[in-house]
Amino acid sequence: MSDVPFPGTGEVLPLARPKEPVTGLLAWVSSVDHKKIGIMYLLASLVFFGAGGIEALLIRIQLAWPMNTFLSPRTFDQIFTMHGTTMIFLVAVPVLTGIANYLVPLMIGASDVAFPRLNALSLWLLMFGGLLLYFSFIAGGAPAAGWFSYAPLSEKAYSTSPGVDYYSLGLLIAGIGSVIAAINLIVTIIKLRAPGLSVRRLPLFVWMVLVTQILIILALPALNASLVMLLIDRRLNAHFFQAQSGGSAILWQHFFWAFGHPEVYIVVLPAFGMISEVIPVFSRKPIFGYEYVAASTVAIGALGFLVWAHHMFVVGLGHSIDTMFAISSMLIAVPTGVKIFNWIATMWNGSIRLTTAMLFAVAFLIVFTIGGLSGVTLAVFPIDWQVTDTYYLVAHLHYVLFGGTVFGIFAGLYYWFPKMSGRMLSEKLGRWHFWTMLIGFNMTFFVMHFLGLMGMTRRVYTYPNLPGWGLLNMIATIGAVIMGISSLIFLCNIVVSLRQGEVAGDNPWDGWSLEWATTSPPPVHNFDRIPPIRSRRPLWDLAHPENPDWKHEH
Amino acid sequence: MLNNSPFSPASPEAQAITHLFIFVGIVILAIFVLVATLVLYAVIRFRHRPDGAEPRQVFGNSRLEKTWTIGALLTVAVICIFAIRTMHEADASPRPGEKPNLVIVAHQWWWEARYPESSVVTADEIHIPVGKPWLVELKSADVIHDWWVPDLGRKMDAIPGHPNHFWIQADKPGTYLGTCAEYCGAQHAWMRIRVIAEPEAEFKTWEQQQLEVPPIPVSGEAAAGSKLFNDLTCVNCHTVAGTPAQADIGPDLTHVASRETLAAGRLKDTPENLGKWISNPQAYKPGAHMPDFNLNPAQVQELVAYLETLK
Repeated sequence: MSDVPFPGTGEVLPLARPKEPVTGLLAWVSSVDHKKIGIMYLLASLVFFGAGGIEALLIRIQLAWPMNTFLSPRTFDQIFTMHGTTMIFLVAVPVLTGIANYLVPLMIGASDVAFPRLNALSLWLLMFGGLLLYFSFIAGGAPAAGWFSYAPLSEKAYSTSPGVDYYSLGLLIAGIGSVIAAINLIVTIIKLRAPGLSVRRLPLFVWMVLVTQILIILALPALNASLVMLLIDRRLNAHFFQAQSGGSAILWQHFFWAFGHPEVYIVVLPAFGMISEVIPVFSRKPIFGYEYVAASTVAIGALGFLVWAHHMFVVGLGHSIDTMFAISSMLIAVPTGVKIFNWIATMWNGSIRLTTAMLFAVAFLIVFTIGGLSGVTLAVFPIDWQVTDTYYLVAHLHYVLFGGTVFGIFAGLYYWFPKMSGRMLSEKLGRWHFWTMLIGFNMTFFVMHFLGLMGMTRRVYTYPNLPGWGLLNMIATIGAVIMGISSLIFLCNIVVSLRQGEVAGDNPWDGWSLEWATTSPPPVHNFDRIPPIRSRRPLWDLAHPENPDWKHEH
Repeated sequence: MLNNSPFSPASPEAQAITHLFIFVGIVILAIFVLVATLVLYAVIRFRHRPDGAEPRQVFGNSRLEKTWTIGALLTVAVICIFAIRTMHEADASPRPGEKPNLVIVAHQWWWEARYPESSVVTADEIHIPVGKPWLVELKSADVIHDWWVPDLGRKMDAIPGHPNHFWIQADKPGTYLGTCAEYCGAQHAWMRIRVIAEPEAEFKTWEQQQLEVPPIPVSGEAAAGSKLFNDLTCVNCHTVAGTPAQADIGPDLTHVASRETLAAGRLKDTPENLGKWISNPQAYKPGAHMPDFNLNPAQVQELVAYLETLK
């Protein structure tokens, strides 16, 4: 059990909690404090981001010019499989779980998550799953069947190395960790909100985390079950996914995407949440249309379960199925568009401070819109019949997952780093990081739209010297190198700022949600006292007693 | 620059998709310009000024919310209608029981093409008559592959146990390049397609030539090569009409010397390249199912001499 704030006074009653006994490394490893666990999630995902990034660079070096022989086909296949698997399961999910872990209790005025020990279990399951996946490199070869591991290519007959077994086991273990973390966060948000913090006053980040965690507990079991089926196929000679003996290759795709498409929203919605915190604070205005932003999140989450077969428009499921899934997929553009317009309306007539966090948020609005709009073309299934599985799709997914999720995460990290560390990240290095990242990102991925439209398919280890292909691939590779340098600048910024950064104080950005009402970094119990909560922006109300929000909200 | 692209359509099916793509492209470009302009305008116009006062606190506006929700819904609805219309033009459903004109079987890492009417069998280079809509049945011999020739229309997956159908047609004679679009293992990159569209008469000539059974050479290097071909394990995987070689693991070689490329587009089909390929296939397509037989140069020369007679 965790501490509960005493109703009315904001005082915290100390309950029996595991002591934080020691210092140094053991203090971290044995910790059940949501803040330490959150930071360990972030560090783990940073390490995996490094690994996935190096894999991306290897891919880009191999593809820099036609007929390159830098990597053998087998190595290339392992590298691109591990790149996708790492970035989705070991970077995007844990970084967001980490940020949610750190912030949710603070934003709802709780002293920890509902089940602190379970929280530590989730973290260590993730780490163990990730290490198991990477162990495959020295245990006979990493998986090489792609991150979505389509059967029957992933079956024993076509993938003879143990890579796919490590993939299944590693993701299964990490996935169980994610489900546990999700249950923990849901209970925390439902049960541990400070007095006065009704659901309609929850910060939007917490709203989006809540929807995301519900998606996780509904979607991940589909993946976990199919991973077990794949393992049974491979190890016990069953044939769930083998057509030759009565199974179905398409079944795997249904199972995988029933998880896989909600997964896209699992890694995008929390980024939407961070953007919904960063834009208001740096525009000095409350979020425009709070109810609409929250409701559109729920709509995206619900529709997210009805669109999986848009990954399967070329499988040949028939026109009626294609049409249904195209309509549901296009419908997602509506709540997403609503969000974009609400964010712009929040900035409108504001007083915009272009901090690095805000720069990333503004860039997010534009690059994510590109990814969303190319997504519309892919939902229009006759167009998808032409461009799916080409570099056009690679461009689209990176505009959504990098331009959306990663830019959102950068905005969030620059915004909340002072709270986590007590020191500001350097704005000067931050600007270098931002501009190099923006340029490198667009150089790498914008040209991929054209490569796809010129006929280049994804997941090829090399390509013939067709007109224009070499040049565009070289531009993409140079962009990737710039992104690599940019990531190193970010790393420098963290290291330098942790030692010499400006001391942040409790509330360096004049934020309005509860996490800014405690010290930076917060004490183990988070709050000595919690301010009265009568609106969505309790700290605004404190600072502006002449014009508090609760006079306007209803 | 745009050849072999969704924007260089050469069939009514591909044309329909191109039109839809251009329409949707204009719509999304307009939306992008709107969003980008609003964002950039807001950033420049509402940039923080040093006078420091907090701006007016605005919480929302239901009318605006309804406007952009309905606007987005209408846009989506229009796009949906066009998409469904194009669906019928680009991918008409075959009549129940309609017989395919062409059966394509995808293998790791080559394409087998069978013409049921004439019983021609070939690989990787698919000849079709110009201007005729042909129904194709697409199957897979192993994992999932995907047929994609952008000029001629849609992609279609080749899935084991799940035959698919699509239409192929070319308005003009020419060679249309394509490739496997679904990752299918080590040599996914070299599973390229050439569709050769010819006027009806030329197509018929080609068909006749493909049906001829090549004579078995009786003298010289070619005869030695023919004997080698039968004595070594070549016959376990390949077919040459009129010989004991009748297997379907690798491409049919009955007329291999009449093709433009070898190994699904990896090499130009010349005697020299054929020799290189036979000496060490793994050097050109690592992971391909054809092993390196450690042939000596004389054996390679004899085999090439034989295979070059298979026109």
